[in-house]
Amino acid sequence: MAAEPPPRDPHLRRDGAWVGASVPRREDPRLLAGRGRFVDDITLPGMLHAQFVRSTEAHADLLAVDLDEVRATPGVVAAYTAADLDLADITAELDRPPHEFVPTAMPVLARGKVRYVGEPIAVVVAKDPYAAEDGVEAAVVEYAPLEPVVTDLGALAEDAPLVHAEAPRNTLVDVSLFATEGIDDVFASAPVVVEVRSKTGRQNALPLETRGVVADWDDRDEQLRVQTCSQVPHQVRTVLARCVGLDEKQVRVTVPDMGGGFGQKCVVGREEIAAAAAALRLRRPVKWIEDRRDALTAAFLAREQRYTVRAAFSADGEILGLDADVVCDMGAYSCYPFTAGIEPLMASAEMPSVYRVPAYRVRGRAVTTNKAPTAPYRGVSRPQYVMVVERIFEKAARALGMDAVELRRRNVITVFPYTGVNNITYDPGSYLESLDLCEATLREEGWFSRRSDDNKVIGIGFACFSERTGYGSGAFAQRKMQVVPGFDLSEIRMDLNGTVSVTTGTLSHGQSHETTMAQIVADRLGVPYDRVKIVQGDTDRITYGWGSFASRSITIGGSAVAAASVKLGDQLREIAAHLLSGDPEAAVLEDGGVRVGSSWLSYADIADVAYLKAHLLPKGVGPGLSATASFDVGGDGTFSNATHGCVVELDPGTGGVEILRYVCVEDCGVAIHPQVVEGQARGGIAQGIAGALFEEVRYDDAGQPLAPSFMEYKVPTAMEIPDVRIEHLETPCAFTENGAKGAGEGGTIGAPAAVLNAVNDALRHTGVELDDTPIPREAIFRALETS
Amino acid sequence: MKPAAFEYHRARSVAGAVGLLTELGDDAKVVAGGQSLVAMMNFRLARPEHLVDITHIDGLSGIRREGDTLRIGALTTHRAVEKAELGDFGVLSRAMRWVGHLPIRTRGTVGGSIAHADATAEWCLLAVLLEARIVAEGPAGRREIPAGEFFLGPFTTALEPDELIVELVFPRPAPRAALTEYADRKGDFALVAAAVDLDADRVVLGGVGPTPVSADCPSSGTSHSRPPVSWADAVAGSLELRDEPGISAHYRRGLVRTLVERACEEASCGC
Repeated sequence: MAAEPPPRDPHLRRDGAWVGASVPRREDPRLLAGRGRFVDDITLPGMLHAQFVRSTEAHADLLAVDLDEVRATPGVVAAYTAADLDLADITAELDRPPHEFVPTAMPVLARGKVRYVGEPIAVVVAKDPYAAEDGVEAAVVEYAPLEPVVTDLGALAEDAPLVHAEAPRNTLVDVSLFATEGIDDVFASAPVVVEVRSKTGRQNALPLETRGVVADWDDRDEQLRVQTCSQVPHQVRTVLARCVGLDEKQVRVTVPDMGGGFGQKCVVGREEIAAAAAALRLRRPVKWIEDRRDALTAAFLAREQRYTVRAAFSADGEILGLDADVVCDMGAYSCYPFTAGIEPLMASAEMPSVYRVPAYRVRGRAVTTNKAPTAPYRGVSRPQYVMVVERIFEKAARALGMDAVELRRRNVITVFPYTGVNNITYDPGSYLESLDLCEATLREEGWFSRRSDDNKVIGIGFACFSERTGYGSGAFAQRKMQVVPGFDLSEIRMDLNGTVSVTTGTLSHGQSHETTMAQIVADRLGVPYDRVKIVQGDTDRITYGWGSFASRSITIGGSAVAAASVKLGDQLREIAAHLLSGDPEAAVLEDGGVRVGSSWLSYADIADVAYLKAHLLPKGVGPGLSATASFDVGGDGTFSNATHGCVVELDPGTGGVEILRYVCVEDCGVAIHPQVVEGQARGGIAQGIAGALFEEVRYDDAGQPLAPSFMEYKVPTAMEIPDVRIEHLETPCAFTENGAKGAGEGGTIGAPAAVLNAVNDALRHTGVELDDTPIPREAIFRALETS
Repeated sequence: MKPAAFEYHRARSVAGAVGLLTELGDDAKVVAGGQSLVAMMNFRLARPEHLVDITHIDGLSGIRREGDTLRIGALTTHRAVEKAELGDFGVLSRAMRWVGHLPIRTRGTVGGSIAHADATAEWCLLAVLLEARIVAEGPAGRREIPAGEFFLGPFTTALEPDELIVELVFPRPAPRAALTEYADRKGDFALVAAAVDLDADRVVLGGVGPTPVSADCPSSGTSHSRPPVSWADAVAGSLELRDEPGISAHYRRGLVRTLVERACEEASCGC
């Protein structure tokens, strides 16, 4: 049976590894040729189309919903209110006492009260999407308007109307996680104290593919089959089963190709539940595709926060303390499963950032307002607090008469592991090295001399930060989440001809997991990566998984996949050693087979025995080739890090901002596929720039959204986003299976700080400092006009 | 974002289109590139019961030079103008870079832009600046409407519901003219747009009123020696502006000053 191994694949790295090689993406042939299969590509026989009657009021008692005219509209098949469908509410909980957290129920369809413009009130099902919209127009909804709560400060006002009766002062979360003893004395005696007050705009994570679902009841499997573009299919299954009253096994959620999620799709939405409930009721397939207007006004939004942060410094530039107050405007409801706590808890836990902060006090609040609810968005509070902390270093440098990069150098964590004042232990990173390299790169490129050209208004800004990735069960439990999405579980199987299929509880919504996960398996088993099939996004085929968010896929999912591969490898070695009469300990996985001494046996031959000639297997070894492994990150997870440097030129005549150069020096440990990592960084930076300079979901005083289209919601295009130079550093993670750290969010986290600092640096001669985003061009214009 | 139901009609000739418009009356809208109308229909902000598609009419597209006059067919796309070599009408080609993005320029038409009458649209500014005549055909035949009398208000024109724009006539070359704009994003409708013709002592602004606004220019001496900066100050100072949400009158006035100055610079170098 022994044979010769096949020749090496040209894509392998020189040392024979797949990990670390930017191999052609498995996804490319279909996605680049337009043969991907997204939710909206799915058409089922007899399929109906859903649209929603949505609230036109920001805050009102719902007196009556009359759907008679809707049901009489040509093409409309059915229309349901909350009372018609009678679905359980969606409620996300934290294990925190009532003075820290108030749970609020989110009904699938509004009941009794509406809390934001765009809130779904009724679902209309019709033969086509046109008729569905005609039906929506025919609905008659009677409101008794209430005074709306439109701003965070308005929500906290003593006499503010209540969005939820159970939440006094409209406060859903109020936590004070840290208060170092004696911190007031630190500030009282500090030679330099600086303060940043910063408000960040409300944003939309804006996946290009809007949300959507196709649901139908399968009589043979007695199962509600739901195809949806979710980052968390198992959680959709759990919530859907609960809402409609089915068992978990009676619901199958699968995820086809996805055009982005960025966090907006890592929570359970109301519309997919309502559309699925309608399909169940009608016993006909129902499709709902969110249109762009709804996506911009009624989808989960993000980012709106207010920071008041003071920092104390010694005369020689040592940071002595940080004192912070954070208010997050979460909109009308807590999202499932994360709750409204996700933003204030993230900011509170991690604000000391990459610096050695000896004293820390923080209060974090989440308030509810009559605006569309929020979900996590790539970065989750980190874009904001990193921006604030990096502004602090710029301001302190000015107050101290020091260079801001030098001031960072003096304070950045350099000895690892480092346990901070926030009780988090930081694993090794390259904080100082990334800062040095980023500055040196911009210096070499000549930007510092261009900055001193008096005829131009040029500024350079930096952002040095780390990003906790791979939150394990422990880290989430520390946040007191009732649902702890930490581990990942992987099942691997080798089939007859030696091909491998492996499940992952994570799923790609554009991040190339079919390639990167396959690279990991390929290295562990010594097979070409295109012999490995990744199975993801199917609740029937995958044991409970948590999906993809929080930069967890490669760190946790990739580790589980690697561990499962090793177990399968052990089986293969045992069988091969038996068949070749050698020692299993001496058996090596190599070139798509097992080498034992001078003999080599292909996986196909081993699989042949495992499945077709089981009588040849060693004693005690059962038929088949499969293994299961799980992975969880113990302790505090692993921290990726980066320094971003941005050069801007301001136009005194218009207040316009042009980004002349952007440099990102990133360290995500071992990069499985460097090109994919760079894509993540570039896309993330674009979203960070969007927040700093362009995008804002604004509301008027009545709570009406002012950005229902791309005319008003200013997503930057290729015209606004600069080319980004990316440099890699590599500090491998000691406790993930591949040495990888997460790479999904860093771009978005660093960019707002780097851009805002660069704009302020360009304004250095004006005495004006701008700390809010998106930066108003008029403010730049006025600053430069008066200087 | 699906339009309300409408009936589609395809016109094969100008007379046919006019006939349809006459027959269908106010409930009909002309569609060509569809870059504004279709978006408005998808939002159900426009709900015409009938669409008259004129894109299959021969002879409505193209650019013709006749002596000092330039005639541009209504179905000519922005992109076609952008790519054309127009000599001393080059301002038209250069201004096209401000019209949306490439896909919009490839589909959108000159006539459609004029008929839509957005107060910041490049074609509306250029038509007023260069004193173009808008040629419209209706049941009574053709008439020429001076651009200065064409734009009545936001999205409102002197065009009758049964008339079709067939052509734009630019009566004189403008070798020293330019259009420039500012918006936070490239390709957006301008916050303020300024178009100048140094030889005609004309400035037209977009974004400062309900229609393109012809601003007063100091008119002494020869146009060749006029310093652009004083023009810009005078134009900006002459406007009556109000504070609006997100943009103060002061900022808008500042943009006017900057853009008039820059348009003058571009016009004088012809680049």
